[in-house]
Amino acid sequence: MTEFLSLHDAIAAYVPDASTVALEGFTHLIPFAAGHEIVRQRKRDLTLVRMTPDLIYDQLIGMGCARKLVFSWGGNPGVGSLHRLRDAVEHAWPRPLEIEEHSHAAMAAAYAAGAAGLPCAILRGYAGSDLVAHNTNIRSVECPFTGETLAAVPALRPDVAIVHAQRADRAGNVLIEGITGVQKEVVLAARSAIVTVEEIVPDLRAPSPNSTVLPHWTITAVALAPGGARPSYAHGYYPRDNAFYIAWDSISRDRDQFTRWMREHVLESSTSVEAVA
Amino acid sequence: MSDVAAERAAPWSSAEMMAIAAARLLRNDDVCFVGIGAPSLACNLARLTHAPDITLIYESGTVGARPDVLPLSIGDPELCETARTTVSVPEMFAYWLQGGRISVGFLGGAQLDRFANINSSVIGPYDTPKVRLPGGGGAPEIAALCRQTYVVMAQTRRSFVKRVDFVTSFGFGEGGDHRQRLGITTAGPTLVITDLCVMRPDPTTKELVVTALHPGVTREQVIENTGWPIRFADPLDKTSSPTTDELSTLRDLQRRTNEAHARGLARGQTPRAQPEGSDPLDRGQIPQVSDPLARTT
Repeated sequence: MTEFLSLHDAIAAYVPDASTVALEGFTHLIPFAAGHEIVRQRKRDLTLVRMTPDLIYDQLIGMGCARKLVFSWGGNPGVGSLHRLRDAVEHAWPRPLEIEEHSHAAMAAAYAAGAAGLPCAILRGYAGSDLVAHNTNIRSVECPFTGETLAAVPALRPDVAIVHAQRADRAGNVLIEGITGVQKEVVLAARSAIVTVEEIVPDLRAPSPNSTVLPHWTITAVALAPGGARPSYAHGYYPRDNAFYIAWDSISRDRDQFTRWMREHVLESSTSVEAVA
Repeated sequence: MSDVAAERAAPWSSAEMMAIAAARLLRNDDVCFVGIGAPSLACNLARLTHAPDITLIYESGTVGARPDVLPLSIGDPELCETARTTVSVPEMFAYWLQGGRISVGFLGGAQLDRFANINSSVIGPYDTPKVRLPGGGGAPEIAALCRQTYVVMAQTRRSFVKRVDFVTSFGFGEGGDHRQRLGITTAGPTLVITDLCVMRPDPTTKELVVTALHPGVTREQVIENTGWPIRFADPLDKTSSPTTDELSTLRDLQRRTNEAHARGLARGQTPRAQPEGSDPLDRGQIPQVSDPLARTT
């Protein structure tokens, strides 16, 4: 049975220190409110998994929550570096960060394999790339039918998946619309799944029989978090705050300025999310 | 006024010439896998000029996107709202890219070498990098699985190097039949479009050769901005100048884009104009016109 929890209680219950956590959302529906709650609860030694770390993992890494990062593209989209990620990799600030680097195709396939209960994903990938030499989790298998050599990566099975969605009904069924990324795969691959939503409604109003709906029995906890994807966006609710993504470049470049911003906007902020909870 | 003087006073920038030259190479029936930045600009310019039916695919899963402004990210709302359909990311890479549905993949990077291998991962050793770049994202498989790829990158001596620090996306490896020896069946990087010229691989050795100079650009400029002894085709073509229509369409698109991205003040921060100045090397897949390596020290 899906639990309805406050965001605080959902993170406290399902994100222990040293766990493997995947906050997903491919540019769209990035669960920022949940990430900020992880920062506020000062979680430590997390293995963070995410295809595009984006600003949310830049913030978690800069605040010292992560021990390891599994990723496939670590930039600020269309803007430049993730400066906190770079500082951690280049200068071990605020602590050393182990990285496991993949391509998008491999990580997407690894989530799908996790959802499918397979031990690994097989793809025609990484041909000629030096990534193979630097990641022992990129290996190869021979097709038993054709003899073709294919890339293999282990399935991703996070301890907890966290995604944001448009809405849930009162049973905890969840509707996701727009760019769905790997949302369905990560929820089905993980041992537990937290979904933050814009609203909880009596009727899901799924617009099509083919809509992406995650049944309540696939979800561990639902937490109400209106605006919980900002500054990314929620299709049908609010647009992407591109101006903030551009501004983040200068906020995050300097360690002190970053820390001040996080203190003011995350650590000491009483968000609407918490007010609702 | 002589031709040379006219070109020197050319009413377009080298970045505009690069975008226009790249756009011209796309066909109305192409199915393009589009990266953010210069590739997205060139692909949308093609769609708004000579290739109205071109299919633009972004790795966020949007198939047949027709954005009115350029997306800042690979998954902006504009892409999904204008797309013919939006699929999941695992489906995008498995069915559409790996399934062989893409005719042209557009790539950029921080470094490119004489066999068109691309680095968008690290400058310096992998474990102790001088500069940690964003990484490959979709590029390693785009490079291997699209029927062919076009590379769009601003050209400097430090970005066009003899040997890349790290092969993120395989071009022709060490040249010759290296792709075939790895079992790769696609054509690879058949065109490199820079702000100075167009390069194509030699049919046998696969080393990049300059086949056309943009208007006003000299052989010496190309030599100065290439980190290996670059060869020129004989005869050497000249890119035709941008037309009035190409330039006005490009500038309208960029004006709409800049206005859209600056809209809405973000949490008291003053948004900056489109990022022309900040650490361009970090952009990895987003080639910039200024020297990408000059700013990292």
